[in-house]
Amino acid sequence: MTTEAITTRGAARSNRAVTSAKRKPVNTPGDKAVGAASHTVLIIWSLVVILPLLWTLMTSFKTTKEIFASPFSLPANWNFNNYVSAWTQEGIGNYFLNTVIVVGFALVIVMVLGAMCAYVLARYKFFGSRAIYYLMLAGLTFPVFLAIVPLFFVLRNIGLLNTLPGLILTYVAFALPFTVFFLYSFFKGLPDEIAEAAAIDGAGEWRTFFQVMLPMAKPGMASVAIFNFLGLWNQFLLPVALNTNKSNYVLSQGMASFASSAGYAVDFGALFAAVVITIVPVLIAYVIFQRQLQGSVSQGTMK
Amino acid sequence: MIDTALANTTPGSQSAARPRKRKLTFDYVTFMVVFLGLPLAIFLIFVIWPFIQAVFYSLTDWSGFTPDMNIIGLENYVRLFNDDIFMTALGNNVLLAIVVPLVTIVLALALASLVTVGGPSHGPIRGLRNSSFYRVVSFFPYVIPAIIIGILWSQIYDPAGLLNGLLGLVGLDMFESFAWLGDERTAMGATIFVIVWSFVGFYMVLFVAAIKGVPAETYEAARIDGAGRMRTAFSITIPLIRDNIQTAYIYLGIIALDAFVYMQALNPGGGPNNSTLVMSQQLFRTAFNKGEFGQASAMGVALAIVTLIFAAIVFTVNRITGGKEEKGRS
Repeated sequence: MTTEAITTRGAARSNRAVTSAKRKPVNTPGDKAVGAASHTVLIIWSLVVILPLLWTLMTSFKTTKEIFASPFSLPANWNFNNYVSAWTQEGIGNYFLNTVIVVGFALVIVMVLGAMCAYVLARYKFFGSRAIYYLMLAGLTFPVFLAIVPLFFVLRNIGLLNTLPGLILTYVAFALPFTVFFLYSFFKGLPDEIAEAAAIDGAGEWRTFFQVMLPMAKPGMASVAIFNFLGLWNQFLLPVALNTNKSNYVLSQGMASFASSAGYAVDFGALFAAVVITIVPVLIAYVIFQRQLQGSVSQGTMK
Repeated sequence: MIDTALANTTPGSQSAARPRKRKLTFDYVTFMVVFLGLPLAIFLIFVIWPFIQAVFYSLTDWSGFTPDMNIIGLENYVRLFNDDIFMTALGNNVLLAIVVPLVTIVLALALASLVTVGGPSHGPIRGLRNSSFYRVVSFFPYVIPAIIIGILWSQIYDPAGLLNGLLGLVGLDMFESFAWLGDERTAMGATIFVIVWSFVGFYMVLFVAAIKGVPAETYEAARIDGAGRMRTAFSITIPLIRDNIQTAYIYLGIIALDAFVYMQALNPGGGPNNSTLVMSQQLFRTAFNKGEFGQASAMGVALAIVTLIFAAIVFTVNRITGGKEEKGRS
């Protein structure tokens, strides 16, 4: 039975080898047509993605008057006036700084706490560990919207409403379930022998984690960190509800308020410039790390 | 180095040859407190506790800024069902939860199949040439903050924006200064397109990874059996990556049931005749503009329930169709 299967497969393979060797030089007309059609479809979609971005870039150099004149006209003179006024007058610079502070701190804290929590849940058996894991899962599934109203008052009661530390803490709390969930399977997969070896060599629990286990989890940490960064950088609801002091605005909510106020006394040129300022850093980071990021996507989903 | 570490540990851990130390040494206790206690405390205070409170508040008439609050049972929920605006929002959410995942997944799956197995029908199974270019480009929108995507597209849909300009170029002059987001007939469609636009690339990459996980022999076998491209896509690709499709459907559905960011950016007021109003917007308005926190919490609970029902439906549908598939294969 098995031998038969093997021989037939072997025969099929050699058959195919022959045919493909024979056919290799020619691409059949059908293939060419399909290939061309596929490329066309993909190019159209790429244009749908790229054109709006390029248009935004071009428009960001135009004055408001030029923008209203025609969507296609090139800017009369290419200068960075819009960027300067967006950065200073519209406060984008300030929002940018706030975002870097909040996302930076929240990312570091959530990665450390998330890794620690996932490590304990994955590698120590104790009463309630499953329960805690499922609680984390529940936190991942429920919509943030359900929590937003009480969260407002929780923060107000501890005096952190409308402050950056309050926002950082909330970011950490809401990024935690995702972080734990993904790192859990990662720590679970690490071999037991290494932790044992560390224990035999006399390393305590703390040292085992920071000097042995954490370095081994680096690839997983990198993937999760990238996703957390994107998620926190894009966060909108939490700051809009919990951080209403204009000088503490983060980029996403600052942009929203800029765009909605722009309806009246509008500096559209500056609005487009602000959009470009927000997109470009992330886009550059993406192009540099795209291999890593796309790897993370597949890694995260193949489980 | 290790000697000092050994010397520092308490006597209980001297017999460290055992794989796991169960003794309550100082090291172990502090380790557990910090590693488990700290993250768990933050999680409980800022995530779980608010969730529980929300359910409680939804049973009260609390306005948020006064200490007095009366428990009024399910009255908030009854009022929700009689609230035409909220029911409109719910309907819009349901529409979004059906259309957005469907369109996104079909498009992403089609593009992913082209990229991975769209290559020539002979020789090793492979995708198109230069396909990584398409992958990188279509992923762009995923790294752009959602609010920026919304702002960007509201400018494109503007009566004097890029879209009408392009339509004018190809001779469709009747669309000149047509307000895509200001017309009841097009506002929802235009909004859906924006959400689809921002997620197709991400799910395309996800499906590409999934398809690459399918052994090449499977595709070769199908080809030897004479399956064409369409047949391969429907009989091989989709059944084998159905779990990924299910995950994608649930994620996209949850995004569509929220949709707050996109709606706030494209039509903060809920659109013409509330045609793009969603539950989350209504919740936000009820809580932070009207100060009816009890009522808003009831909306949050409703939103959570709808989300859970949605996930349950997706799981059930996949179970039912998947069951048949399993039988057919054996």
